[in-house]
Amino acid sequence: MATKSTASPSGSSRVSKRPMKVPMKASAPAKKGAPSTKIFSGLPKELLLPMHDLMVKSRVLEERLIKIYRAGESYFWIGGPGEEAWGVPLGLLGKKGQGLQHDWWHLHYRCTPTLISLGMEMIDSVRLMMNKATDPSTGGRNFSNHYCFPQWNVAPVTSPIEVQYPIACGTAHAQKRVKGGGISIVSGGDAGTAEGDFASCLIWSSRKGQELPVLITVQNNRWGISTSYEGQHGESQIADRAKAFGIRSMVIDGNDPVETYLKVQEQMDYIRKTGKPAFIEAMVSRLYGHSSASGANRVEGEVDALMEFEKKLLKSGLLKDADAKQIWAKYEAEGVAAAEQARGEAAPFADSVWDHVYVGSENADWRKF
Amino acid sequence: MANMAQAIRMALHYGESKMGVKDIFGQDVGAPLGGVFTATQGLKTAWNTPLDERGIIGVAMGIAMAGDRCVAEIQFCDYIFNTIDLLKIAGNTLWCTNGQIQLPMVVMTPVGAGIRGSVYHSHSVDSWASRLAGWKVVMPSNPLDAYGLLLSAIEDPNPVLYLKPKALMRVRGDDLIPGEPESEKELKAMIDAPIGDRSKWKARWPELSKYQVPIGQGKITREGDRMTVVSYGRHLLLCNEVADKLREEGIAIEVIDLRSIYPYDWRMISSSVRKTGRVLFVNEDTEVTNFGEHLAYRVTQELFYELMARPRVLAGKNLPGIGLHASLEDASVPQKHEIEQEIRECLAEIP
Repeated sequence: MATKSTASPSGSSRVSKRPMKVPMKASAPAKKGAPSTKIFSGLPKELLLPMHDLMVKSRVLEERLIKIYRAGESYFWIGGPGEEAWGVPLGLLGKKGQGLQHDWWHLHYRCTPTLISLGMEMIDSVRLMMNKATDPSTGGRNFSNHYCFPQWNVAPVTSPIEVQYPIACGTAHAQKRVKGGGISIVSGGDAGTAEGDFASCLIWSSRKGQELPVLITVQNNRWGISTSYEGQHGESQIADRAKAFGIRSMVIDGNDPVETYLKVQEQMDYIRKTGKPAFIEAMVSRLYGHSSASGANRVEGEVDALMEFEKKLLKSGLLKDADAKQIWAKYEAEGVAAAEQARGEAAPFADSVWDHVYVGSENADWRKF
Repeated sequence: MANMAQAIRMALHYGESKMGVKDIFGQDVGAPLGGVFTATQGLKTAWNTPLDERGIIGVAMGIAMAGDRCVAEIQFCDYIFNTIDLLKIAGNTLWCTNGQIQLPMVVMTPVGAGIRGSVYHSHSVDSWASRLAGWKVVMPSNPLDAYGLLLSAIEDPNPVLYLKPKALMRVRGDDLIPGEPESEKELKAMIDAPIGDRSKWKARWPELSKYQVPIGQGKITREGDRMTVVSYGRHLLLCNEVADKLREEGIAIEVIDLRSIYPYDWRMISSSVRKTGRVLFVNEDTEVTNFGEHLAYRVTQELFYELMARPRVLAGKNLPGIGLHASLEDASVPQKHEIEQEIRECLAEIP
């Protein structure tokens, strides 16, 4: 299946669906008088500005979802505000499309930034949030951020944390067979690594001679709902556990989109070249707590990666203040419009509960056997 | 005649050579062992996994999600319980994605007592499995059905749990599998791995044909009009034996091999119970919230005024385990004499 165009109806700027290849060290000398990209490790403006744009879009969307929850138009919110600097570059670097030649995504419920960078429109996240029949991921059956987009190999997000890790080994196994360059990317939180499924992924992907092309990632926000990192872990860094399996691993600042872009690119290149797994532990923020169950209030003291990035872009002159304001306003308007549109869309019919228990909606109701 | 292990092996060979199965995997499933019951010997796509049931189910889900066909094995169903939430997710993936993501995967696992397997090689899982919505669940009682049900499971676009009655793995049936040589010795020489060094051994597969048992379709193994007995797997054979004994006394018992636990053949059950007015459900999973209770409930609800006696369920005792000593095992799961006793008591009831 061909990939969808990345152009959005709102006319937002996007980078090409093909990741921009960035040399690891040197960058071309800037034109005289042009804003410097030195503090961005040489990443070009043509990448930095769209990354910022997508990060804003993701943030505005998440905050819109919280407002929808507060307005009583949804039962529950969980999401990823604060992970934009990690999720957006990740999504941009993937080999997007459907089928084994493309990358498979096994994400968790803080993955809105990655979905936005893959091309998801706000309205589709809002439909999921408001449990509409038009929700393309679940048809109104599941929580916010529980995305599923087969056209981009986005596996269904599930509530039980960490089950995605061994499933990613399965898609990677199939990808390895066809040798098409596709890899499987799996993400989860730091608390969930206590589950055995995380260990399964390390073991299955690293067996000598049977290595799997998996990018194993953990977003470490140092919280598991209300329990701190220290209350759950003995290891200093989760990445050390991957090292024990001979997996090339690194800890990165997931609040820095530039570092994220470069390190994810490096690890993806390694996996595509060797067919072996690689590991990234990204240190990230959790800006609105665990979920609406804990209030979904803004948390003080957490680094706001998006605002830090925007400040740097403004200071460097790559981004003008007026342009930044326009981007925020544009997505704010898009979020409001999306909510208004979704509000008027149909809810799922009660008698649809029996649809899709089996393929083709073959009867699964024992009363009708 | 092939035994059930050989029948399963031949079905898997047919699956990998004619039906697109690309992976058959589990603990000790690949060479050199080819499965603890030898059911995966000689298969070109069979491979060994780590000792990790959750990994096995998760990887099967990933392979299926990617669009490839696979058959995964949990070595004994006693060890499937730590995968229960993955099985739940496998069953709800199609539903949760509103029909977008299919998981055409088969998980097979040996079940039941009868081999003096002690606490962790004697469990049953059929009642648990009947609550895994989104799955289809089957259990054969003879080699030909084992072959036909497995081909249907492989072909099905949904996840299918294929329960192997471990006590029947060496039992031979009455019918040849299409393509199977008539000589047992010849079949053994062709597809059984030799004792000792197997490094150079390759199976010589017979020219097999496609034969399927439709999922959801039971089979009447003994016809009768006095009473209906519904079972599957190992206990189906015990029910047949009891029916044969009673027939000598002039008592015609109708025995139904359900073969599919979900979806199940209600038409066959209801048609038979309407005829006999009496019914016994027999299986060896534990008795509280047993699958047979669901069937008995349904009989009560839908056929109440056609019954001549209360519906009965004979199942395993509600115990934490099945003890190793023969006296303990026999006291834990239904025995032939208990089946006979239940039937006689049911027949003696006067409405």
